[in-house]
Amino acid sequence: MSDVTIKIKDREGVVHEVQAPTDMNMNLMEVCKAYELPVEGTCGGMAMCASCQCYVLSNHNLPEMSDDEDLMLAEAFYVEDNSRLGCQIPITPELDGLEVELAPES
Amino acid sequence: MIKTDILIIGAGPTGLFTVFEAGLLKLKTHLIDALPQPGGQCAEIYPKKPIYDIPGFPEIMAGQLVDNLMEQIKPFSPGFTLGERAETIEKLEDDTFLVTTNKGTKHNAPVVAIAGGLGSFEPRKPPIPNITDFEDKGVAYIIRDPEVYRDKRVVIAGGGDSALDWTIFLADVASEVTLVHRRNEFRGALDSVERVAELSKLGKVNLITEAEVKELKGDDHITAVGIKHKTKGDIHLDTDYFIPLFGLSPKLGPIANWGLEIEKNAIKVDNSYDYQTNIPGIYAIGDVNTYKGKLKLILSGFHEAAIMCQSAYQRIHPDKKYVMKYTTVGGVEGFDGTKKEAKKEVVKAIV
Repeated sequence: MSDVTIKIKDREGVVHEVQAPTDMNMNLMEVCKAYELPVEGTCGGMAMCASCQCYVLSNHNLPEMSDDEDLMLAEAFYVEDNSRLGCQIPITPELDGLEVELAPES
Repeated sequence: MIKTDILIIGAGPTGLFTVFEAGLLKLKTHLIDALPQPGGQCAEIYPKKPIYDIPGFPEIMAGQLVDNLMEQIKPFSPGFTLGERAETIEKLEDDTFLVTTNKGTKHNAPVVAIAGGLGSFEPRKPPIPNITDFEDKGVAYIIRDPEVYRDKRVVIAGGGDSALDWTIFLADVASEVTLVHRRNEFRGALDSVERVAELSKLGKVNLITEAEVKELKGDDHITAVGIKHKTKGDIHLDTDYFIPLFGLSPKLGPIANWGLEIEKNAIKVDNSYDYQTNIPGIYAIGDVNTYKGKLKLILSGFHEAAIMCQSAYQRIHPDKKYVMKYTTVGGVEGFDGTKKEAKKEVVKAIV
């Protein structure tokens, strides 16, 4: 029942250090939206649009990718090896100190 | 020219429900949407996905919600201009608005309600440096007339249903079809994936997976694409057409240039009153607007539609008093002559 700290680098290179609750069933895309970072979340978090794509910069153990996320990333642009969809990353205590960067808009 | 009372731009859930609220006030409506079908992203992106936060519906499929809204607004016979994007707006001398689409269809109304969501859906363009130079010169993001490709060489990119379906279709039309996808796996329907695999075995489709089109070559018209393969390196492939099919994404588009106050890619409105923009007579409701505390939820759009129609009524009928209707009392009187109302209780005295 505690908050974790996450560093999110926006598309202008500015790093936002934000607090996210672990007990609200939130995901990283929703955290970005809550802090009004430029993430659309067009599909509402169903791994169907890739508008919340981000690059994971820190060495955290993230939940494994579902087939949905994997195949959406197969069609997204600017995908790198460390690409993930924010909507598929639930905020858990293990994520404290997570660092991500928002992928370019497409 | 199409004339109406409230011209609604965007036929998503908010735009559709506006028809209902306007109809209760006897105002006529017409909707414009860039997509070929009503429903906005509910119909385009996730029709088969459940939504859980529509009041009164513990769970409803997005597509079903759209169907329900269409049923609900049917009595008010709204007009539709579908598959066209609202391009320009002009204020006329009589204080009404003239909205013209990209195909030149003209609409005239005293009130415009922008319910454009995140914008109109545009094809997603892959980040290939000179791709825009080849638009209409061999690069197409949408296939309008497949006959264009008869006996030509075509390269398609993408891994979803539209890439697979068009590959299958064009295999019988084009002289040569190549499908390029970053993975070995495809996202599309299983039978389409199997059909493409079969066509590839028969030599009717050239399938290049684990590869990406990175370069377009040609002068006046595309002549070849440069493909980067994960293990085989660079591949040069001669072609007459390149068709990247990576789905659609919403873009605010021309509305951004209508002189409306824009903040964070959304239209600023007066939410202390009626969701009117800085231009009197133009309202913005649903996901397309912004104000302090805005929540981009379907239910917010429904609420904003109801409030906005009250204000629109005042603008259209400045001499009339406000009206407010409970459907439980007055029922719903359609423009099509239908009338829905609650059955009256029969009161009988006990003798």
